[in-house]
Amino acid sequence: MNKRHFLRSLIATALLGTAGLSLHAHADALANAEKAGTIRIAVPQDFPPFGTVGPDLKPRGYDIDVANLIGRELKLKVEIIPVSSTNRIPYLTTGKADLVISSLGKNPDREKVIDFSVAYAPFFNGIFGPSDIAIKTAADTAGKTVGVTRGSVEDLEYSKIAPANATIKRFEDNNSTISAYLSGQVQLVATGNVVAAAVNERTKIRRLDTKFLIKNSPCYVGVNKGEAALLAKVNEVVGKLKKSGELNQVSQRWLQAPLPADL
Amino acid sequence: MAYTFDFASVLEYSDALLAGTVKTLALTAVGTVFGLGIGILGAVSRAWKLSPFDRIFAVYVELIRNTPFLVQLFFIFFGLPALGLQLNEWQAAILAMVINLGAYSTEIIRSGIEATPRGQIEAAESLAMTRSQVFRHVVLPPALLKVWPSICSQVVIVMLGSSVCSQIAAEELTFAANFIQSRNFRAFETYFVVTAMYFLLAIAVRQAMVQAGQRLIARRKK
Repeated sequence: MNKRHFLRSLIATALLGTAGLSLHAHADALANAEKAGTIRIAVPQDFPPFGTVGPDLKPRGYDIDVANLIGRELKLKVEIIPVSSTNRIPYLTTGKADLVISSLGKNPDREKVIDFSVAYAPFFNGIFGPSDIAIKTAADTAGKTVGVTRGSVEDLEYSKIAPANATIKRFEDNNSTISAYLSGQVQLVATGNVVAAAVNERTKIRRLDTKFLIKNSPCYVGVNKGEAALLAKVNEVVGKLKKSGELNQVSQRWLQAPLPADL
Repeated sequence: MAYTFDFASVLEYSDALLAGTVKTLALTAVGTVFGLGIGILGAVSRAWKLSPFDRIFAVYVELIRNTPFLVQLFFIFFGLPALGLQLNEWQAAILAMVINLGAYSTEIIRSGIEATPRGQIEAAESLAMTRSQVFRHVVLPPALLKVWPSICSQVVIVMLGSSVCSQIAAEELTFAANFIQSRNFRAFETYFVVTAMYFLLAIAVRQAMVQAGQRLIARRKK
């Protein structure tokens, strides 16, 4: 009986201790980072144009630029931690990183585990086309020929909202869809902004300008739950970078397009 | 294996399948008529060495028979717009099929023409028939009749090959299959149904070609 009681209290103490430790680790990431002079930021290394490994073997991309800008605004040294899309959230929740800037989209499941800042990068499916066609809504695509990759999210979503007299041409893969646009076989394409950016970077035959969004899933900075101070600071910095136009420059550099006004 | 077959999910799209079948047959019909027309011209030019057409057709035949149909189609659809020739998916598909069948049928019909006995032509010439009369009445009908089974096979091959036109968004039967499969994710059922449809179409087209051969050529022979 006594022995049992002792064991129980031992386990309880151990549990409390661990909880206390992890609480301590999370206590105030901003204060800890300021004390260390370094902020640890998880970035992608396998997802162009958000994060890739450059010719100098250093990570580069949209997310790395944003990480460095945030570090500069916080007056902290940035420690870049390359992560993959599967382990980016565990890196944050286990305290190996203070922030995740890794083209992270928001969804209810993720919101249970971590907090999100304001959006810092556009990520969407939409209708793209040349600058001289004025199109603002799905209704404006009436009478137009729109190329799309068969079975893709944008195919399913655009097919629902397309006006009856819009001609949808469905191609086998992104490459055929883009070729059809570049060779003038379709007037518009439905695709992702990252695909459009890659095309605009590589060819100047026919530009892909954003006309309207079909499905929007912008990127947010991930912060651990309970880090109100850090979250507020990140939001403040992202807001400042948007206002100063520096985030727009990052968008121009990596996505070949200005930052959407409503981001 | 716990897969439950659901053919109803394919039959929901029977409109698309029907429309695709009509388009496939239309492509085949137009391709056959013009393709065989080119084939006859090419065969005469080559068999009777009508300079310079014999050389032109020789290059054409080698070019088309030694390159894949899909590449020819992509060249016409995606490539030619760079030269200012913008063809929509149907024009591109028809052009590719006509060019393709034209090249193969040139060689098939040429073999028939070359098998015409010299004596038959000389006999016709000795009756004071003009060269074109000799060709139209003495050479071509028996030549076509001899090679008609090969032509029937080639037309069926071209019809089955038209499935490739789905790649440039021409909404024929294979496009319908791919479209349905991308919506209901029932690959087995969809392609099973479409395979059966192609099989029946091929038999029907072959029968139609055999009938056409008997009506058009055999009768004119008298």
